[in-house]
Formats: sequence, C-alpha cells, structure tokens
Amino acid sequence: MRAITKQERHTPPELEPQRRYKMVTENVSIYYGDVHAVKDITMKFPEQSVTALIGPSGCGKTTYLRCLNRMHDMVQNARVDGRVLLDDTDLYDKSIDPIYHRRKVGMVFQKPNPFPTMSIYDNVVAGVKLNGVRNRAILDEIVEDCLNLAYLWDEVHDILRKPALELSGGQQQRLCIARALAIQPEVLLMDEPASALDPIATQKIEETIQELKKDYCIIIVTHNMQQAVRCSDYTGFMYMGSLIEHGETKQVFERPADKLTAKYVQGQFG
Amino acid sequence: MPKRWIQRDEKPRRWLLSERIFKYATAAAGAYVLAVILVMAIQLGFESAPIWEEEGAEFVFGTDWNSVPGRESYGALPYVLGTLITSALALALGFPLSIGIAMLVMIMPKRLGRPLGYLVDLIEAVPSVVFGLWGLFVFRLYFRDYVEKPLHDTLGDSIYLFGGTPFGLDVLTASIILAIMIIPTISSISREVMSAVPHQQKEAAYMLGSTTFEMFRMAIFPYSKAGLLGAAMLGLGRAVGETMAVTMLIGNATGANAMVSSLFDAGQTMPSIIANEFLEASPIGLHTPALIGIGLILLGVGLAINVTAHFLVGRMVKVNEGPVH
Repeated sequence: MRAITKQERHTPPELEPQRRYKMVTENVSIYYGDVHAVKDITMKFPEQSVTALIGPSGCGKTTYLRCLNRMHDMVQNARVDGRVLLDDTDLYDKSIDPIYHRRKVGMVFQKPNPFPTMSIYDNVVAGVKLNGVRNRAILDEIVEDCLNLAYLWDEVHDILRKPALELSGGQQQRLCIARALAIQPEVLLMDEPASALDPIATQKIEETIQELKKDYCIIIVTHNMQQAVRCSDYTGFMYMGSLIEHGETKQVFERPADKLTAKYVQGQFG
Repeated sequence: MPKRWIQRDEKPRRWLLSERIFKYATAAAGAYVLAVILVMAIQLGFESAPIWEEEGAEFVFGTDWNSVPGRESYGALPYVLGTLITSALALALGFPLSIGIAMLVMIMPKRLGRPLGYLVDLIEAVPSVVFGLWGLFVFRLYFRDYVEKPLHDTLGDSIYLFGGTPFGLDVLTASIILAIMIIPTISSISREVMSAVPHQQKEAAYMLGSTTFEMFRMAIFPYSKAGLLGAAMLGLGRAVGETMAVTMLIGNATGANAMVSSLFDAGQTMPSIIANEFLEASPIGLHTPALIGIGLILLGVGLAINVTAHFLVGRMVKVNEGPVH
C-alpha cells in the first residue's frame, strides 16, 4: 500500500452547481487519540439525492458518516476538525446545541438496533415522544406514515403492539428506518444498512431508499458496489482516510478519474 | 497424502486425567455450597427446637421478650419487623443515590469517572464497626440536632412517623448508616450492568435527539432493569444481615418496646438482638434456643430475598431475549 500525497488527493468537482446543497463538509479531519482516521475531507451533498460512500474496510467511511450528526461526541478520545454545514449552520460551532441539530440528521446503523423492551409502535414513536407529541391520534398517524415509508406497514399493521424483537432482522432494520423518519429529519445517514440482511430484505431497503430520495438527502455507506450503483446518484471513494474521488455514480464506476478508484471498482483490492 | 500433525487419540478425550480432576473438583465445589446451606439450616433448626416446641407460632408472631428464669417468654416479631423496616428504608434511601452515582461515573470523562468509581468501591472496605463508631460518636449528634429535632418540632404533631423523642439512637439513624453501607454494593453492580448495555442502543437514543437523561430512560434503564433489580436485592441482602453498625445505632429496645411506631423510636433487628444477647444467654433455659431460632428466621428471610431476586431477574431477562443480542 502506498501513502496518499496531498497532490494526488482528488479535488471534488462542483456537482451540478445549480443544485442546492443540503449538507457540506469543509476540511473535516477526525482523530481518535493520535490516529488520524479521516483526513481533510471536503464534500457536498445535494438535496433529494443519494450519495454513496465506498472504500475498503478501515478507510474511514463510517467514521466520516458519524461526524455528520455529531455521533463522535460520545466517543471520549475522538476529535473532529473542520466545518460540517447543514443549511449553512456549522454543526461544530460552539454556540450550537447538538441535541437539537441531531434531530435534523437521522441515522440508520449497520446492525438493526430497535429498543428491545418496546413494542413496534413505541419504537417508531420513541423520538416523537421526546419532542412532546402525546396525542394518540397524531401518534397513530405518524406510525402508519413512517411504517409505510419504510415499506413495513403491510407486514406489521396488525401486530403493532408486539415486541420489536419478534420481527426478522430485515424487518427490524426497516423499523429502525421508520424510527429515524418519525423525527422528520432533513438528512438521513445510513451505515451499511443492508450488510446484515438477506437479498430480499436488501432489495426492500433499496426500494425504500429510492422512495425516500424524493424528500431527503441520503448519505449511505456501503461495501456492496452493486448497491452503490443501483441506488446512488453520487459516489465518493475513500481510501486510508482520504476522499480519492467524488462524482456522479455513473462516472465513478465507468470512467473513474483516479487509478486507485479504477482498481477498487474493478475489484482488484478491497 | 499431506503430513499429519494432529494425532487422533485412541482413548476418548473425556478420560484424560485433567478432565477427570476438573469434573470431580467442580462437583465437589458445587456440593460444598449445598452442604453449607443444608448443614446451617438443619443445625439451626435442631438447636432451636426447644423454643419452637414451647412457643410454636407465637415465637414468630409474639412480641414478648423476657429471659428471667421462670417467666421466660420469647417473641421475635419486633425484630423481624425491625429488620424489614430498617432494610427497606436503607434501600429506599440508598438505591436512588447509588444509581445516581453510577450514572455520574458513566457520563464523566474516564479520567475523572474511574477514580470516583474506585472511591465509591473503597467505602465497601470500611469495616462496619468503624461506621458504627462514627455513627455513634459523630453522625448521630449532628443528625439529632439538625435533622431529627427540626422534623419533630415542625411535623411531629401531625405526622405519626416523626413523633417519638429524637435521641439519635433510633431506626432512622440506623437506616441511614445502613444506606451508606449498601451504596457501594448497589452502585458498583449497577454501574457494571448499565455499562454492559450495547453501544448501539445508546446511539439509537442519541440519534433520535435525546438528552443524556432521556438516553438513560430510553436505552439504558429498560435494557438493564433486571440487573438493576439484582443490584438492589444484593444491597437489601447486605442490609438485612448487617449487624455491628446497626447494633451500635438502633437503640436496642426489646420486647414490645421494640415495636416501633415512629422513625425516632429505638428499635431492634434480628442480627442486633443476637449480637446483644448471645453472651448473657443461658444454655439451660430457652434463651439460647430463642436466639438461634431468630438466626433461623434470619436465614429464611435472606433466602427468600435471594429466591425472589432470582425469580424476578429471570423473568425480566426472558423479556430481553432476542436476535439483537
């Protein structure tokens, strides 16, 4: 493996300049103690689009994704430099309340993590209740809407009171998507949402992503290059903590500008 | 044919010497536990037989306590109640504090939280007689003047619990010292239990925009409630059996006088009555069997608490089982 020099680092193109960017990171570096895990990433995420982050294991994709809703606050030796802008608000600005802003950036994790002691219904509205919504009728409506969005309503509408753990892994993951949608985020982060699922559940999740794209800015980390091709509009390729290439998915996979990207998408390493 | 480097034994592996030693050693260790409990129960029952023959159920439900030969009469009810009341009070006071300490240690930066955790655990190393001494010569005086008296003066007439005469050697003082003594037990176990909640659960709560407390309520408490209950039960078990500090602080009333009606009344617990009277108990009359009988009841109460804890914890763990874990 060779080190990435500054010159080689790819400068991201202006993706369709007329488009509005929901989220922008400027020179983001992330450190775990002395380890420099993510190096100086500048990246823009347009509204109503899906951006996929690909790259070999350990390249910093997940670390980078987690900084977008300040999930590193809970990791004691992690440090984030640079700016993360959500609609021109710097999420790492000192004057900002991370709890308030975290509600704008939903996240779906690699492993389904529903709250085990709660019912399906309560899982979906867990975040809504934090916002003080208590009205039964409104909650019912939210549950139906969000489960529909996550393509889960038809499978669970008559067992809403059952524990969430009685669902299969794929259903649990879609429940977690519904739970994230219920707080009406503006950006949805997905960390390998289908890596623990079978092909059919994966397909359903991908359908869900296509549906959600109409309203959300979605950023998805994936190991599965076919998945990136199938469901993303833009792709960023990361390697050893740096963003090597970022462009339209079609271009990145068919005419990669960087040799490393070409090698990776052709499956020569990773 | 590649060279073989694993030789298949002809003898079954389970006949290896180490395996046989392991098997019998663990069996012996298991048998020891059962034997201790059984021998204890049988011995206590046997030695206390005279009092059961004499008093019958009166021994458990009676309130007399007279060891004068010829007028002997023994009832353990005040001490059973005294034990239950002081332990329950200690748990009620100590449990919330313990959980609070455990939560603080968890959310603090590690370099501050670790030492604090060790400090809490160190309280456990303080001998109970030292707690008793401190309670008797220091704490009680301040507690009487600055807490009990004001409470009694303002609320004593209207609230029954604060009637009585504040003296400092009473049920409340003993309960507070007990609470201090069980805090490290409950706090360190609940800290372990709550730290074992998977990170994904906490992240799920944070992702929904919860504050730290909401995260505890949403992710940590429901997930670890079985363990928290177990921690409380262990603390309760410790409070029930605690002898020295309680004996020094509870005031040591006997008989009907030990039936407390106010927090400021002197009381007596099962361990404290045994500790107070075992030296002067005569082996000829019923006094010794009575004390041993109380020991038997104490053993029964301790076992009941543990069995209940196991039952409750087992039920809660079942609820938590599932594919995520």
